[in-house]
Amino acid sequence: MGSLEEAIEGLKKFLSDKDDAAVAKIKKLITGLQERDPNEFDPVKRILEGFQHFKINKFDKHPKLYDKLAEGQWPKFLVFACSDSRVCPSHILDFQPGEAFMVRNIANMVPAFDKLKYSGVGAAIEYAVSVLEVQNILVIGHSRCGGIKRLMTHPEDNSAPFDFIDEWVKIGLPAKVKVQAEFGDLPLEDQCKHCEKQSVKLSLCNLETYPYVQMGLANKKLRLMGGYYDFVHGKFELLEFEPHFHHLFST
Amino acid sequence: MATLSPSSFTKNFNSSIDFPITSFQTFAIFGPKLKTEQTHFRLSTSFKTGSPLELKAMKEPPGLTQKLDKNRLDRLAESENGCDLFEDLKHRFLRFKKHKFEENLGHFQNLAEGQAPKFMIIACADSRVCPSVILGFQPGEAFMVRNVANLVPPFESGPSETNAALEFAVNSLKVENILVIGHSRCGGIRALMSMQDEVDSSFIRSWVIVGKNARLNTKSAASHLGFDQQCRHCEKESVDHSLLNLLTYPWIEQKVAKGELSVHGGYYDFVDCTFEKWTLDYKGSNFGKNSRLPVKNRFYWC
Repeated sequence: MGSLEEAIEGLKKFLSDKDDAAVAKIKKLITGLQERDPNEFDPVKRILEGFQHFKINKFDKHPKLYDKLAEGQWPKFLVFACSDSRVCPSHILDFQPGEAFMVRNIANMVPAFDKLKYSGVGAAIEYAVSVLEVQNILVIGHSRCGGIKRLMTHPEDNSAPFDFIDEWVKIGLPAKVKVQAEFGDLPLEDQCKHCEKQSVKLSLCNLETYPYVQMGLANKKLRLMGGYYDFVHGKFELLEFEPHFHHLFST
Repeated sequence: MATLSPSSFTKNFNSSIDFPITSFQTFAIFGPKLKTEQTHFRLSTSFKTGSPLELKAMKEPPGLTQKLDKNRLDRLAESENGCDLFEDLKHRFLRFKKHKFEENLGHFQNLAEGQAPKFMIIACADSRVCPSVILGFQPGEAFMVRNVANLVPPFESGPSETNAALEFAVNSLKVENILVIGHSRCGGIRALMSMQDEVDSSFIRSWVIVGKNARLNTKSAASHLGFDQQCRHCEKESVDHSLLNLLTYPWIEQKVAKGELSVHGGYYDFVDCTFEKWTLDYKGSNFGKNSRLPVKNRFYWC
């Protein structure tokens, strides 16, 4: 049975025990679906099918979990991942509802503390660490990242500027500089791969500039991790990041 | 204290995931000796590049490093729990690799060459509302931004992570749909509604103030309701305001006007498990800044 037919059959099940107004709405929806060209992409249909599948196969099957989650969330992780459609941590690391407070932005970047310029990221970190008291922060980079490629190629390639993208990926400039210094003789693709990983390390260092993160690390209540998902080869690397203090001298 | 020896762990790990040995340089919870060498190695590397990071290390007083050594030993004692966490993440990835990646290898190989998602989603960072879960988006389907309270700042507020992602999704990936999803019991919206007039130096306030118009509208339309109901009203009002803010971006408005891009709002209620969805009904000349958001195709799924 095609997914369109499945969606219609699924809707028909709701007809039997609903009030007249709801029945009318559902019948209208079914008619609308039946009139659609099955080959044309229909965003409404796509969202409806997805939600139905979740409700039937997850929400309704685990009432205790979802009742508890309705009252609050106690995630153990704050995750930073790229907005790239191919790298959602709910897929690659199977995060279930309630497990990970998740920020997604271009090139999974964490800028250094700046209340004026980067309030969005700061708000997420403050909320996750101070309010939700997550125990782990995980920054996940990935292969063939468009944001990192932009960082590595612009403005040297004389391409037209992207006002917002270029301003954002500039956060990764220290990573670009380091990679060009160490690996500048390698092809661009390899340099980008190094930068994808170096940018994760830079983001982990930047996390340390947030006071609540510093406190969490000092109290041993927080650990920082970096990840790298390579979707070309189907691999995942994980690193633990520790603030590197080292006794240099005594007088 | 119970710790695994680094070499046995390395061997074990390498057989299941190809994990180059250099990645272990920061995998420092196994064996104090290895850790000291790694720390030394990392510090000398950062000195060479002259990055500003090592200055922080030099400023730390010697007393702190003594404390840190004790902390390091304490953490080694707890390393079994750390092992469990890493083991868990490793197994999660291997499950994904076995049941999804390898079973759809052709599809993932195509995706590795490039992404062509039809959706851009703006959703809250809340752990309970991941659109990949609640709407079943599979790898490759949805370019996703997640921030506190799923807010979209207007064009005039200047560069931010959210509009950088919008620029990429709309102008580079050329997505056909943008969907902003709000949700029930949103902590960010609650913070917005709870804000007092006095100066509050928190990051959360600096960010959620993007939704101030939604709060104003809610206060005037729903002041007779209890606070929880007002928050619920604001959660939906804020989605509408984000849709209006999307149209402040000239390249978004142009595409919407031409019919190349559709803008949708959504609301996920995880108390009752319902989903509402509506689409912006754009007719350029009727669009006033202060007018009520014109919508079409409003659906309510329960």
